[in-house]
Amino acid sequence: MSTIIIKNRIEQLFEEKKERILSVYFTAGFPDLNDTSEIMRHLQDSGADIIEVGIPYSDPVADGPTIQESNKVALDNEISLKLIFEQLKNIRKSVDIPIILMGYINPVLQYGVEDFCSKCAEVGVDGLILPDLPMQEYMDEYQEVFKAHGLLNIFLITPQTSEARINEIDQNSMGFIYMVSSSSTTGAKSGISSSQVDYFNRVKSMNLKNPVLIGFGISDKESFDQASEYAAGAIIGSAFINVLKKAENLQTEIKTFIQSIKGIN
Amino acid sequence: MKVAVDNRGYYGKFGGAYIPEMLYPNVEELRQNYLSIIGEESFKKEFDHLLKTYVGRPTPLYFAQRLSEKFKAKIYLKREDLCHTGAHKVNNTIGQILLAMRLGKQKIIAETGAGQHGVATATVCALMGLECIVYMGEVDIARQKPNVERMRILGAEVRPAKSGSKTLKDATNEAMRHWINNPVDTHYIIGSVVGPHPYPDMVARFQSVISQEIKWQLKEAEGTENPDYIVACVGGGSNAAGAYYHYLDNKDVNLIAVEAAGLGNNSGESAATTVLGRPGVLHGSKTLLMQTDDGQVVEPYSISAGLDYPGIGPIHAHLFDSGRAQFYSVTDEEAMKAGILLSRLEGIIPAIESAHALAALGQMDFSKDDVVVLNLSGRGDKDLETYIKWGRY
Repeated sequence: MSTIIIKNRIEQLFEEKKERILSVYFTAGFPDLNDTSEIMRHLQDSGADIIEVGIPYSDPVADGPTIQESNKVALDNEISLKLIFEQLKNIRKSVDIPIILMGYINPVLQYGVEDFCSKCAEVGVDGLILPDLPMQEYMDEYQEVFKAHGLLNIFLITPQTSEARINEIDQNSMGFIYMVSSSSTTGAKSGISSSQVDYFNRVKSMNLKNPVLIGFGISDKESFDQASEYAAGAIIGSAFINVLKKAENLQTEIKTFIQSIKGIN
Repeated sequence: MKVAVDNRGYYGKFGGAYIPEMLYPNVEELRQNYLSIIGEESFKKEFDHLLKTYVGRPTPLYFAQRLSEKFKAKIYLKREDLCHTGAHKVNNTIGQILLAMRLGKQKIIAETGAGQHGVATATVCALMGLECIVYMGEVDIARQKPNVERMRILGAEVRPAKSGSKTLKDATNEAMRHWINNPVDTHYIIGSVVGPHPYPDMVARFQSVISQEIKWQLKEAEGTENPDYIVACVGGGSNAAGAYYHYLDNKDVNLIAVEAAGLGNNSGESAATTVLGRPGVLHGSKTLLMQTDDGQVVEPYSISAGLDYPGIGPIHAHLFDSGRAQFYSVTDEEAMKAGILLSRLEGIIPAIESAHALAALGQMDFSKDDVVVLNLSGRGDKDLETYIKWGRY
């Protein structure tokens, strides 16, 4: 068997760039069914560093109202995991920044874990965020097949995660750690409070081997700048979904939003 | 074969704790403490005392003479319908609130479908003076008005779940989201043997008082602890888990689980998970689940709101998978007729959930000396409107 070993794009990115990394989440099949790949191209062209493509699910328990609604719209548009892979089939012809699929475990199980992973590798996905796949299950049942297909599994930590568990997660993580900024679902809180700053500092002082991106509650330049002081960068989801929801021209409005976050005029 | 949860929280292939990291500390706190707390002498004493003096336990094991004649077997009804608040649900809420208080929690949240678990939770919160928020689907709020008002009278706040299909599954999602947002001072009282480990095992243990009583009551009545059959309805499956619990490893006792077939299993309007479901993950556990090919959860249908759930507890998925329990499906029509039948033969109007279990008797073949215990999980007061609307009595 001949395999071409290419360095994972996520690892490559974090080697080359140490700060102000911007990862942007959106829901596949939203606002219109076939917007997926176009949105990805505009994100890259506007200066996003990582793209997180959400796999819609009927019961997204970790998500707040904004992302719930985008999931529902996408499902009403009749998106499916199969169709997402179809939409991503030629994505590597136009997008070369890291792509992460983010979603809940059940659609992945129904697709078949092995098939899902090989399809991810085929279209050029670099990593996965599956919030309801627990670390122990991952290590027992999934780690091997993910790794065999060059997929990095990204874990979450929260303000309630104990130091011991953060270390354990760090040991078993590759790529980066997704640091949930507050005890909340996505999009629930905005801005960064002093208790969050304590938590950011606490984690920063642990000197983890993996870089950290901060997500949840990052919605504008101010919160992105703040988060970037304590981590390698930040993740924006709900705020971007709100932009897409209202956008009349995807290209210009994505560009305006991303550049406003990065502070480029 | 021993039916018990293993140290990873699985019954065979089913169970586990598929939860986002945001819920991990809460669920882990429970997992580490639940067995030691419910094993404490002071806990057992308080739990037993409340079950006796407040809930009204032991509930009778009643020999149903005329029902027995009809089905040509010796049929006993375990009268959980006589529990305070009208169903077995309160056994679990008493247990969980005592546990929550020992963990230092000050606030309680719950999900409810028809409102029975919500009422049972609001009741124990009033009893203990804890703040109570119950999530209920907007659709269910509209169709279960009396239970909504019962919860409010008891001092609970009823919050509408407006996401998804606006029913029980979405109320559960909302309760989980609330817990994510309030991780420190709040305990989530799940109402059935569903959810991430340790909930299925914990709820089954609190409900196991049902089979514990059946054993000595049947011994008194029949000279043996072991019936030939135990029959119970299964939505999530907490009353069934409780009625089976002390018989799980006794092969002489046939376990019969009855699911709701709605308008029929081929009609597209059913809630019979073992017939229509496949393995999947919902609300934190791997179980049998009604879903599309793409893994989206399907909204089930049953006339009985308590059986209207797209999954079943992982213990039941395992009992099905291993063949330890036999599963039957009962349609709306069959259940309603069985409800009227029990009313006429025994003077007991059952909850429509329990009427599903009764209807399964008509699908079974008994020998004349067979001893059958049917878990009559709830009373029909809450279903009066459904009975009236059905109208054929």
